[in-house]
Amino acid sequence: MAAERDLKYTPEHEWLLIEGDVATVGITSYAAEKLGDVVFVELPEEGSDVTSGRVVGEIESTKSVGELFAPVDGTVAEANSAVVDAPELVNSDPFGEGWLVKVRFTELPDNLLSYDEYAALTGE
Amino acid sequence: MTDLFPARHIGTDDDAQRTMLSVIGAAASREWASVQELVSAAVPDSIRVDRDRTSVLPAPLGERAALRELRALAARNTVNRSLIGLGYYGTITPAVIKRNVLENPGWYTAYTPYQPEISQGRLEALINFQTMVSDLTGLDTANASMLDEGTAVVEGMLLARRASKAKSARFVVDADTFPQTLALLRNRAEAVGIELVVLDLASLAADAPELSDAFGLFVQYPGASGRVWDPSDAIRTAKEAGAVVVAAADLLALTQLRAPGELGADVAVGTTQRFGVPMGFGGPHAGYMAVRKGLERQLPGRLVGVSQDAVGKPAYRLTLQTREQHIRREKATSNICTAQVLLAVMAAMYAVYHGPSGLRAIGRQVHLTTAAVAEALRESGVEVVSRSFFDTLQVEVDDAATVVARAHDHGLLLHATDAGLVSLSLDEESAADLRDGDFPLADLIRVLGGTVDGDGDIALDLPTESSFDAGLARESAYLTHPVFNTHHSETAMMRYLRLLQDRDYALDRGMIPLGSCTMKLNAATEMEAVTWPEFAALHPFAPASDVAGSLELIDQLEQWLADVTGYDTVSLQPNAGSQGELAGLLAIRGYHRSRGDLTRTVCLIPQSAHGTNAASAVLAGMSVVVVATDELGNVDLDDLRSKIAEHSETLAALMITYPSTHGVYEHEVVAITQAVHDAGGQVYVDGANLNALLGYARFGDFGGDVSHLNLHKTFCIPHGGGGPGVGPVAAKAHLAPFLPGHPLSQDATHPLAGGGRVEHGGAPVSAAPYGSPSILPISWAYVRMMGAEGLKDATGAAVLAANYVAARLREHFPVLYAGEDGLVAHECILDVRPLTERTGVTVDDVAKRLIDFGFHAPTMSFPVAGTLMVEPTESEDLAELDRFRGRDDRDP
Repeated sequence: MAAERDLKYTPEHEWLLIEGDVATVGITSYAAEKLGDVVFVELPEEGSDVTSGRVVGEIESTKSVGELFAPVDGTVAEANSAVVDAPELVNSDPFGEGWLVKVRFTELPDNLLSYDEYAALTGE
Repeated sequence: MTDLFPARHIGTDDDAQRTMLSVIGAAASREWASVQELVSAAVPDSIRVDRDRTSVLPAPLGERAALRELRALAARNTVNRSLIGLGYYGTITPAVIKRNVLENPGWYTAYTPYQPEISQGRLEALINFQTMVSDLTGLDTANASMLDEGTAVVEGMLLARRASKAKSARFVVDADTFPQTLALLRNRAEAVGIELVVLDLASLAADAPELSDAFGLFVQYPGASGRVWDPSDAIRTAKEAGAVVVAAADLLALTQLRAPGELGADVAVGTTQRFGVPMGFGGPHAGYMAVRKGLERQLPGRLVGVSQDAVGKPAYRLTLQTREQHIRREKATSNICTAQVLLAVMAAMYAVYHGPSGLRAIGRQVHLTTAAVAEALRESGVEVVSRSFFDTLQVEVDDAATVVARAHDHGLLLHATDAGLVSLSLDEESAADLRDGDFPLADLIRVLGGTVDGDGDIALDLPTESSFDAGLARESAYLTHPVFNTHHSETAMMRYLRLLQDRDYALDRGMIPLGSCTMKLNAATEMEAVTWPEFAALHPFAPASDVAGSLELIDQLEQWLADVTGYDTVSLQPNAGSQGELAGLLAIRGYHRSRGDLTRTVCLIPQSAHGTNAASAVLAGMSVVVVATDELGNVDLDDLRSKIAEHSETLAALMITYPSTHGVYEHEVVAITQAVHDAGGQVYVDGANLNALLGYARFGDFGGDVSHLNLHKTFCIPHGGGGPGVGPVAAKAHLAPFLPGHPLSQDATHPLAGGGRVEHGGAPVSAAPYGSPSILPISWAYVRMMGAEGLKDATGAAVLAANYVAARLREHFPVLYAGEDGLVAHECILDVRPLTERTGVTVDDVAKRLIDFGFHAPTMSFPVAGTLMVEPTESEDLAELDRFRGRDDRDP
């Protein structure tokens, strides 16, 4: 996976790795830490259409249920079945094996955050 | 010695109260001469009840006199033999369960099992319940009870919509469904935009296109008509098109019939009433819900799971709680909090006591007796329509109303299905009586138009074969776990119940100072009438003439509750606070719509509100807009005004809790309700904290249009370890036409404050017309024995106790959100965060350590994380309060 510095971010604590017209999406280590031990992940079906800002999945920890928002408009190219089988990957490797979905998009929204902007948001 | 009850109910006497006042005064550098003065300082003048107002509450009676009056009411009820069925059946409560569970404070005064360390007993009982339901329905996971069958079906419909991938907004319902369930479904579907399609599945091809255009399908199994049929083809068609299938199944029938899970259903719901829980004129009983694997995260209500304790031993705890309404608010799976734990425990223990072979024998006896009665009826010339049935027969008659009336003359209650059709359902009780020759069979035959020869003695020959198709006969095993195969002697059963009880903490051991839960005394005299047959053995749809005493009791209680809250009319139908909230919000919705205000759907809810408020608003078809609260926990008036301005055209209601969830009497409450009214909105006052107000202020006087109350908090119905509850909804007269009615109610009208009666014209929110009437004598007796002054004294003692605890502990734990003069209402929030910062000891550690000292923990981290909310109630005495706060060296 690419360095965290090269990723894009959203205010909903998701990261995006842009490769061509495919964005790999996960949640940040900050979000994973706040959630606590993740015990269940529900992801959208491959081939389904997603709309930026809409809820497309769930991340449940022992403390709460978080929502996965689609950061871009597009079609789900792949959902990470490994993380469905082993939700703890979200905690152990949020920027790597804990990725959640790959979305094929036509256009990137202009409100994505840079590494520095996101760091400022979380105060870390 | 006085016979008057308030001195028994209120834990602190005059001496103790003087001592407490001086401690509070010293801490505040002020002096209050009396409890009344203290409360008057805390409650804002602007909302105080007019001193000259006369209450309609009668002068209080002593315990013996109150029971005498209750006896007189009971005597006006007539217990006839019910053959009405429709989800309510005669059952034989094993005496060992009645005495050791239903009438035992060790079980009925416990709280919801949030603290697993002191709840292993009822958690095990609930695991038994879940196992029983899961086994009998043939589905993987069952929850720890629902409020009743009708609302469980509604929850099934909502679950189907969440879980189904189908795009359709349709929910298909078989026409052969209980009438009360249909009425509930219609009401609730409409509010959330679901299109209900009622189809007669029996006459519909299994591949009918209607079945392929729905997100869900519902079947009653056996049907309301008693019909036993195989719905698996229809189920398959619906599922292939993406529907989630819900079946309401009779658990006793499932001892003989194939399980819903085996027929393809995804979800099974129903009631466990006929497993030893008296009909009680409608309730309370435990409903149930079970789901197939993959849907467990969609389950509403509570779920007990098996975990491990600190040393790795198996231990029970509530699980998947993150989806409940107190955490997920408007995104919750349901608004249910309180369920029916006490009744679920009874039903589970009925299964433990009888075991699989015992249950199978009871089910078989009921079925074969029904078949024998069908045969006897046919032989005497009666036109029995039913061919394939479990316990219910339909009979063709010339005039159903006349037949039902004649049956009543013989002490038999039948149900008129339509003008020319009556139905009768047998059960454990009537089957046993038929076996023993203690049933007026000849009368029944004659009433139905048959001829009886000779002296009327009819020998019933039980057939050996079931009436239904052999393909539907149950073959799979159930209740194979050892717990269902061990405790079959009464000695073993008694000891098992005692073993579980000893693992739990209830009010019979010590204080349960849970903020916002009001764990006060549930007096023995109040509990007396619950098991009297005149209240316990009534069918909810019995004719009005049979239930005159209960209707009178209900009328009186409605009038008293209206009087103490400042409203005009009250409905006792909702089975829990959450259902009361829903009923109140649906009334507001109905009111706006009746005026053509179809777009008034925004519900303002303060940030500090209990999560259930938001969940209920969504279920009433409203959208939630959150209003900020200030640093003192009060509604931020500026934010409220700006939210009102922003939504002025669409404002439906404000939901506000009073005193607030922070335990503070907000001084601006009149300005708040005024602002909402000026914008055309209605004011919903959540009555969860009414215990801090009774006798001093009334919701209706300071701007409330509608409220729910919690009879299981303020009015002494015990918590039962997590239910039952009663959540009456009280409202001003303009909302009466939209309060819950019921298609089978004995009387659609209710008393109106100041005289006269008014019709409650809305749709039902519970399966039974009066919800859970068998526990209403508890609240009736409480009010009857306290009187207006006693209730006011109880409020004073509750506020005094909370302020005493606050004054004593303030120097160790900052008290958050005190009002002017540093006073709190009936509960206080102790801030543990400074301690945590200093020492690392968390709020959880403090709570768990309190258990070691023999206390139930206070409410943790609500409404503020890292704090404890303490509500001692009026019932605790000074010694217990001192034990709780811990005496120190400076004490006298």
